Amino acid sequence: RVLELTGCAASMVASSRSYADFTPEATFDIKKVDLHRLEEGPPLTATLTREEGLKYYRTMQTIRRMELKADQLYKQKIIRGFCHLYDGQEACAVGIEGGITLSDHLITAYRAHGYTLTRGGTVREIMAELTGRRGGIAKGKGGSMHMYTKNFYGGNGIVGAQVPLGAGVALACKYLGNDQLCVSLYGDGAANQGQIFETYNMSSLWKLPIIFICENNQYGMGTSVERSSASTEYYKRGDYIPGLRVDGMDVLCVREATKFAADHCRSGKGPILMELQTYRYHGHSMSDPGVSYRTREEIQEVRSKSDPISMLKDRMLSNNMASIEELKEIDIAVRKEIEDAAQFATTDPEPPLDDLCSHIFANDQPFEVRGATPWTKLTSTS
Amino acid sequence: MVVLEVSPISTEELWSSVSDHWVLGHPPDQGLSLLSAQFGRAVNVRDALNQAMDEELERDERVFLLGEEVAQYDGAYKVSRGLWKKYGDKRIIDTPITEMGFAGIAVGAAFAGLRPICEFMTWNFSMQAIDQVINSAAKTYYMSAGAQPVPIVFRGPNGSSAGVAAQHSQCFAAWYGHCPGLKVVSPWNSEDARGLLKAAIRDDNPVVFLENELMYGVPFDLSEDVLQKDFVVPIGKAKVERRGTHITLVSHSRCVGFCLDAASVLAKEGVECEVVNLRTIRPLDVDTIEASVMKTGHLVTVEGGWPQYGVGAEICARVMEGPAFNYLDAPAVRVTGVDIPMPYAKILEDHSVPQIKDIIFSVKKVLNM
Repeated sequence: RVLELTGCAASMVASSRSYADFTPEATFDIKKVDLHRLEEGPPLTATLTREEGLKYYRTMQTIRRMELKADQLYKQKIIRGFCHLYDGQEACAVGIEGGITLSDHLITAYRAHGYTLTRGGTVREIMAELTGRRGGIAKGKGGSMHMYTKNFYGGNGIVGAQVPLGAGVALACKYLGNDQLCVSLYGDGAANQGQIFETYNMSSLWKLPIIFICENNQYGMGTSVERSSASTEYYKRGDYIPGLRVDGMDVLCVREATKFAADHCRSGKGPILMELQTYRYHGHSMSDPGVSYRTREEIQEVRSKSDPISMLKDRMLSNNMASIEELKEIDIAVRKEIEDAAQFATTDPEPPLDDLCSHIFANDQPFEVRGATPWTKLTSTS
Repeated sequence: MVVLEVSPISTEELWSSVSDHWVLGHPPDQGLSLLSAQFGRAVNVRDALNQAMDEELERDERVFLLGEEVAQYDGAYKVSRGLWKKYGDKRIIDTPITEMGFAGIAVGAAFAGLRPICEFMTWNFSMQAIDQVINSAAKTYYMSAGAQPVPIVFRGPNGSSAGVAAQHSQCFAAWYGHCPGLKVVSPWNSEDARGLLKAAIRDDNPVVFLENELMYGVPFDLSEDVLQKDFVVPIGKAKVERRGTHITLVSHSRCVGFCLDAASVLAKEGVECEVVNLRTIRPLDVDTIEASVMKTGHLVTVEGGWPQYGVGAEICARVMEGPAFNYLDAPAVRVTGVDIPMPYAKILEDHSVPQIKDIIFSVKKVLNM
């Protein structure tokens, strides 16, 4: 197996340069996208403004640091249960958000902390959810895999289930005629799920505004793509659905491909499928060291050659779009934000016992809930 | 607003009284010296399951294991550790994450004469495949008027764990126990795990084997007899783990341990509980339950699953309908999980599952103490 995740050589096509000023905007060559049932794909260049660059940098760095802090807190047993970390894949979440708007919709599986952030969650409420506190984004009741924000439907624990859910959201968009679309994410492991193929069929039949995105990080838990999939060309697995295979380590590639896909959907052409080739540095979850099925050398190679944050940083620095000091300041600010959030997450109190039975039904009268014994009468409120 | 009516026993009181409680499956009065007096060794539930599978794979070439991460990863919970190395690709098969598909494939293999062990990484994921378990496995022998048996075992961890939240914490004993054509077993300790898994693999019928993740690492002493290769625990037979005269506690899986702990505490107050370990959910050993209730006159069922239409509900209904009813001195009562999806936060999760204090409280209520 050869990982074709080489870093893009940033070559400048056009820029304006003045002494002591930063370059406000630059255009970069980006990797050509593999196409399936498409005559044309996204452009071969991407224009990045200084503002966008700093924003993408900060967001990716925030995700990175937040995930590393979660790793720490998990090892201290302050976070419990399942914890699936996203470090290495930041360019996917950030690039996708760069190609859609917050009024569009998104749903993913359990490796969801990064998306919770890009979809409007704060680090504070994400971390407090991981530590199970009342200030958590789901009030401590959901945990790592069950975080929600406006137009973000989690965070889903059952592999593959989120994909038809995403199509349902897309159906609602079409039904309501609001020109919005839904991005429905799944991994290489989930890509073989039957319900995904059922979803491909119905989305195409009914021309739903859905972008299917397969985040191919090469491993479904401990099983490599070759051992799970008869075809590893996930961008073609939609068969009659047009597909693109994109370098998921390059935030600009991801953004341009997402813009292209969004245009396709919004023009009423129906679904489109993107495969993002990416990589996770951590194991599948915190209970997986991640080195029994892949080598440390492989992980190290991706880190040194294809890290998404480094790639963006190099581009910006070599095109004078930012200074090293400026980026360092962002790093410091991010570190502080994470520390503050962790502080909050470890000191905020746990949810009150009143919350135990609340939120069973919506818009309903309070009703009695049976506790552990017939004499334990609890009350549910909506 | 929450109205909690619970016994005022303090945590300190509770824990000081269980400090000399059950050790490795033996009651406190027998003491640690018993361990050295017995032949055999301490085996945790995980290893008991592993050894049982190993021995059955060796015994019968038609037996094979399939599921997610069972082979090269050694099992998500390491239950199948070492088996792929020993038996290879043909008999230990890693599947893609496609439960409906591989459960169906497993059932088909059973139709054609093999004896598959189909692992669900947790029973929550079996919901993706439940049609194959019920409609293809459970009902086929009946529909074919005996022409087509389905000798398959579905196994995996069931019920709540620690901090895994709503989608990963459900108990499926009641759902599968509802269906004719299925055998459903729920081991508690290592002897149960070993003997029931061997019995399940040797059974010519579809067996739903409900393990418990939190029990995997718990060691129990196994005697030489239990460690014999042909040791089986009969399916459909409950075991009385502790004899008592005042009240019957009926439970399955991890809650059996809680019942024994509660019994130790209650013994100090002169209440002697009889603890019945169901071992099998279907077929339910009503005879053992009735005999116990006819002796004690009082019944509390204990389970981790939800109350409505659950295992305890079935037990109570059967007791009502049979001879034991006339021996009841008080209504039979159920201790269960709280009737809510499982919350994540620790304080909420702790209050969502039956605790030892809930069992003690219920016993005292039933005995009018």
